Amino acid sequence: MRETAAERWSRRVVLTLLAGFVLVPLYVMVSSAIKPLQDVQAAFTWWPRRPTLQAFVDMWSTVPLGRYLVNSLLVASVAAIFSVAVAIFAAYAVSRYRFRGRQVFSVTVLSTQMFPGILFLLPLFLIYVNLGNATGIALYASRTGLIITYLTFSLPFSIWMLVGYFDSIPRGLDEAAQVDGAGPLRTLFQVVLPAAVPGVVAVTVYAFMTAWGEVLFASVLTNEDSRTLAVGLQGYSTQFNVYWNQVMAASLVVSVPVVAGFLALQRYFVAGLTAGAVK
Amino acid sequence: MATTTTPATTTDGAKGAGQPARPPGRRPRRSLLPYLLLAPAVVLELAIHVIPMLVGAWMSLLELTQFHVRDWSSAPFVGLDNYRVVLDVDSAAGAELLRSFRVTVVYTVLSVGLSWVLGTTAAVLLQRPFRGRAVLRALFLTPYALPVYTAVITWTFLFQRDTGLVNHVLVDQLNLLDDRPFWLIGDNSFVALLIVSIWRTWPFAFLCIMAGLQNIPDELYEAAAMDGAGFWRRLRAVTLPMLRPVNLVLLLVLFLWTFNDFNTPYVLFGGTAPAEADLISLHIYRSSFQTWDFGTGSAMSVALLLFLLLVTAGYLLLTN
Repeated sequence: MRETAAERWSRRVVLTLLAGFVLVPLYVMVSSAIKPLQDVQAAFTWWPRRPTLQAFVDMWSTVPLGRYLVNSLLVASVAAIFSVAVAIFAAYAVSRYRFRGRQVFSVTVLSTQMFPGILFLLPLFLIYVNLGNATGIALYASRTGLIITYLTFSLPFSIWMLVGYFDSIPRGLDEAAQVDGAGPLRTLFQVVLPAAVPGVVAVTVYAFMTAWGEVLFASVLTNEDSRTLAVGLQGYSTQFNVYWNQVMAASLVVSVPVVAGFLALQRYFVAGLTAGAVK
Repeated sequence: MATTTTPATTTDGAKGAGQPARPPGRRPRRSLLPYLLLAPAVVLELAIHVIPMLVGAWMSLLELTQFHVRDWSSAPFVGLDNYRVVLDVDSAAGAELLRSFRVTVVYTVLSVGLSWVLGTTAAVLLQRPFRGRAVLRALFLTPYALPVYTAVITWTFLFQRDTGLVNHVLVDQLNLLDDRPFWLIGDNSFVALLIVSIWRTWPFAFLCIMAGLQNIPDELYEAAAMDGAGFWRRLRAVTLPMLRPVNLVLLLVLFLWTFNDFNTPYVLFGGTAPAEADLISLHIYRSSFQTWDFGTGSAMSVALLLFLLLVTAGYLLLTN
């Protein structure tokens, strides 16, 4: 199965074009972040002529970026942790037990993932507002409300992927633990989970990314105090001015951690998808 | 999943030291345990997805205008009136919804189709090891890993008329155009939206197809090569048929995500999209929160859901 010269060259050309398509916006994000404001407001230049880190300083005061960052960090981490915990128990039940409603549960959970977000948004907004009026439980415009909402967004995919992971762990291990007298929960924590660590980590990162990048619900369910980055970054464009260098600097800062985390764990995602796809 | 064994069939007699011996045949909590494990997930799904969906269906039957939003128990029941308004193509609201629907259909077909082609191409070309493969794979996955708003906001900058890269390249460097076109208003806005969407979507297709390719045994390729099959023949005879199960799921998922896409136009155009790029989710969102008429907004959402269910059911029937 040797590659012919024509095949090799067409592969190189196509991959170069694709890499260029992907790279150009990434390059613009980085190179514009280190330009002074006058330069991003003038005609575009490929090379930053007067590189400066001023935008990385100014971006904190143009909008309350620090507050948005704390809100996003808090909401995304708490939602991710709870979502993964809930998903672990559910996936363990689906993977290790046969019970009535198992199929219904799996299908329902996966299908909610596919429904239009706008369908839930209007009622959820009204439920949160009316619940607040009636009982004083502030879910609308609070970080708690956002956390509860985001929790469920990553659940279906997390459960699906963890079921795949758990299924690939030999049941012989469970049985050996049970012979030693371990109950179901101890089996989960001492046998199944340690063997599924890569899957759990990948799912945690996925849940974090989902909450970190969510725009639609954040734009409706937050106010100035609970605003997350997804909505907050739009604050750099005012009526008079768009601080493009600061937008790019802030985008870079909030992107690098999640991209690095995802790329570091990409092979576990592929493994999880493979496990799910074989079923 | 047919191999799943229940713990009930396993070593039930085994008991740990110190545990009180159970009478044979009794397995306390065993049958309840899976339900307890599922309970948190079920409660959350009910609270955030299922119940709001039912509430949404109920809302679509109410006259839920701005006067009733704060206290919806006072909203009068109007039956299917909201549906009559939004589905009547002769009314202003109905005509706008139909236009937005058409834009969304074209957008979805083009975005999903091209993303799938790019994803398959990249995955197949990266199938065999060569120097730099790992770097390219990481690079190709980056648009998927980026938070959607940072990715799209960067594209907004690229598409700026006077300060953006796109016009700089097209007009100043390649001299393809005399005038600097607007990309974010008018006819071009659809093209801009489509490019951004493909840039964000194709890496996910790439990721899934890459995972699917790992399940194809090498022997199949070796056998095909022995028969003298070239690149295209191997692609048609081995790769694509073996990828069919992955592609069936992938195309459906991409279709649903792209059809429901809200983020791309919302961030790209800064809240309100031009008519040429007014995708249906953003359309419903804007008409609901501008007029505070949640009744017709819910009717449009439910109609959208029914359409998606119909397409999904038809797709599953045709492919199985």
